[in-house]
Amino acid sequence: MTVNEWIFVGLFLALAWLLPATPIILAKFLAPKRPNPIKQQVYECGVETTGNTWVQFRAQYYIYALVFLLFDVEIVFLFPWALAYNKLGLFALFEVVVFIVLLVVALLYTWRKRALEWSS
Amino acid sequence: MELTVESLVFLLFSLITLGGALMVVTTRNLFHAALFLMLSLFGVAGLFALLTAPFLAGIQVVVYIGAIAILIIFAIMLTPQVTAVRPTNSQWIAGVVVAVVLFALLVSIVTPLMSELGVEGWSAVFTEKNPPPVPADSMARLGEAFVDPQGYMLPFEVASVLLMAALVGAVMLVRPARGAEDEAPQAGAQE
Amino acid sequence: MTDSLIDIGLSRGLAVLIAKTLGVFALATVGLLWTFFCIWAERKVAARFQDRLGPNRAGPFGLAQTVADAIKIILKEDIMHQGVDRWVFNLAPILSVMSVLLIWVVIPFTPTLIGVDLSIGVLYLFAVGSLGSIAILMAGWSSNNKFALLGAFRAVAQLISYEVPMALAMLVPVVLAGSMSTQDIVRSQHVMYLIAAPLTVLIFIIASMAELGRAPFDILEAESELVAGYQTEYSGFKFGLFYVGEFLHAFTVGLLIAVLFLGGWRGPFAEDVPALGFVYLLLKSFVGYFAVMWIRMTLPRVRVDQILDLGWKFLVPLSLVNLIVVAFLWKILPGTDSINSAGDALVPSLVLLAANILMIAGVGMLLREEGRRERARIAARRAAQPVSEPGSVADAAPAGASD
Repeated sequence: MTVNEWIFVGLFLALAWLLPATPIILAKFLAPKRPNPIKQQVYECGVETTGNTWVQFRAQYYIYALVFLLFDVEIVFLFPWALAYNKLGLFALFEVVVFIVLLVVALLYTWRKRALEWSS
Repeated sequence: MELTVESLVFLLFSLITLGGALMVVTTRNLFHAALFLMLSLFGVAGLFALLTAPFLAGIQVVVYIGAIAILIIFAIMLTPQVTAVRPTNSQWIAGVVVAVVLFALLVSIVTPLMSELGVEGWSAVFTEKNPPPVPADSMARLGEAFVDPQGYMLPFEVASVLLMAALVGAVMLVRPARGAEDEAPQAGAQE
Repeated sequence: MTDSLIDIGLSRGLAVLIAKTLGVFALATVGLLWTFFCIWAERKVAARFQDRLGPNRAGPFGLAQTVADAIKIILKEDIMHQGVDRWVFNLAPILSVMSVLLIWVVIPFTPTLIGVDLSIGVLYLFAVGSLGSIAILMAGWSSNNKFALLGAFRAVAQLISYEVPMALAMLVPVVLAGSMSTQDIVRSQHVMYLIAAPLTVLIFIIASMAELGRAPFDILEAESELVAGYQTEYSGFKFGLFYVGEFLHAFTVGLLIAVLFLGGWRGPFAEDVPALGFVYLLLKSFVGYFAVMWIRMTLPRVRVDQILDLGWKFLVPLSLVNLIVVAFLWKILPGTDSINSAGDALVPSLVLLAANILMIAGVGMLLREEGRRERARIAARRAAQPVSEPGSVADAAPAGASD
């Protein structure tokens, strides 16, 4: 049986969370448990909460996540290229420059359209 | 069907994937659905790792869990009154029937193809006894294929154009006209 | 160890499993226990920067302080107020710590000691980094608290904005070494990549500090603004876990800088005496860690819109240009595909160094121009309105805010 290199990672994921979890479980037994209505309130700088928890979520967060997604996919394409780079010719570099330039153009467009600004 | 360690791990990851997917469509809490989706995608990444496709496993986590799932969560948050929504569907019985029919269809299509794929039957699906060896430099070869004019160079560049189009489209959708943004609460730089 | 277990008579599979399990526990335990030392070191260094002593009562030099704090925090009541989503609430801090511990799996401690030498080492680092943002979202959402949720969104916006430059900076060692495996990257550093790509190191440090949520980018837990951001509702050891995760992450960034750019375990006689390699790695990572702490203690907090501007409008284009320039030079310099010793690597490294210095100079000039323009803009605004307003104070923004 060839040993898959990911065994260690799998075991790590399966077992290593027990180590941080142990003190939490320990705390369940050791720590005091005295709930009272004041402690059960949601924290809002000492004032009572009004309204429900949903907040005005701005579309700006979505734009940031979207631009991140696009550049994420771009980086994913760049990884195999970077790996094989030493075996490739100079032409490969130009192709990747075209690839990157197209995405930089998209970023510039987003920038000019004021979609990268925090305040709407 | 042999019960090797590999088949057990495969079973585990399949359960994670399918179980997660099942929970996505049945749970009532939208945020939990997003989290179960992440679990399901993680199961797929595990399956890739098991198939000695580490690169695919890596990008599955990077793109799907690290970007798309976060995008989905942000989109969920954009929905007003998200915690008050109790998604129920009165047609769920019909939905289950359609799903079962689809599944039967897929099985009936794949089964005759199995001999062509070199697999002996459904019992062999857990582990193949002598899988063809994976070339050690498969990722480097992928990189070479990306820039090879006889390889995938054109799809590579077209992918970039596609990403650019996606971004331009999204910006156009969210920032249509100058005036529409002024009603949004002026939280400003200090929120 | 596997062999000794096989000798006892266990089957090969079981022996491998047991050996790996022990390795997992050893690595995770060492990582978590090392945090104690890190927190102490951080508090001492921070204290010295602020002209005071830091913990010096508990144990010699205050070394036992962290242990005392840990014991205390376990004994604190774990308040879970109404409306909290229990499962997600409990999972979030564990996931936060795990996302840092998972990085330790691919760090090459010595030429022979590494958790697992993944063939996709750098991609794995990138993947694990993105798990941290999910932990923050979980924490913020499950707290059923408006401020926590807002804090979580801002934190995730910042984190994802800086993952792109960080990954692009990590691509440079991959290009130079021709492999994604961390052990290979260390082995190919006959001359440190710090010399061949200093601009990349700068980008990596800036992006990593933003990923850490450290000053000057510590808007994530800006105590004076959002209470504790996404951690507001956490108490007891769960809060302790977030704390542990943050400090461990800071040290791990130092480790990563050492591995990717400072040559890891390389040093005189490291190949013959592996323990010496471990010492070199520790020393180098402390250099990186100290740099991170130094920056943290020196610079004031940057505003959130400035942080995001810096990430998207400055670092992303800069890291792309940096990658292209380094790749270009690496291709046209002769002999870069067969570097086997420091002598081979010297000339390409120096050429790259020269190019990097040119790039840094160019960027510096660009920033100076932008700063000058920004000051002129602010002066013009001030001249137009003689009454001074809080908003018109000169920004110390390193990158130009677009208009």
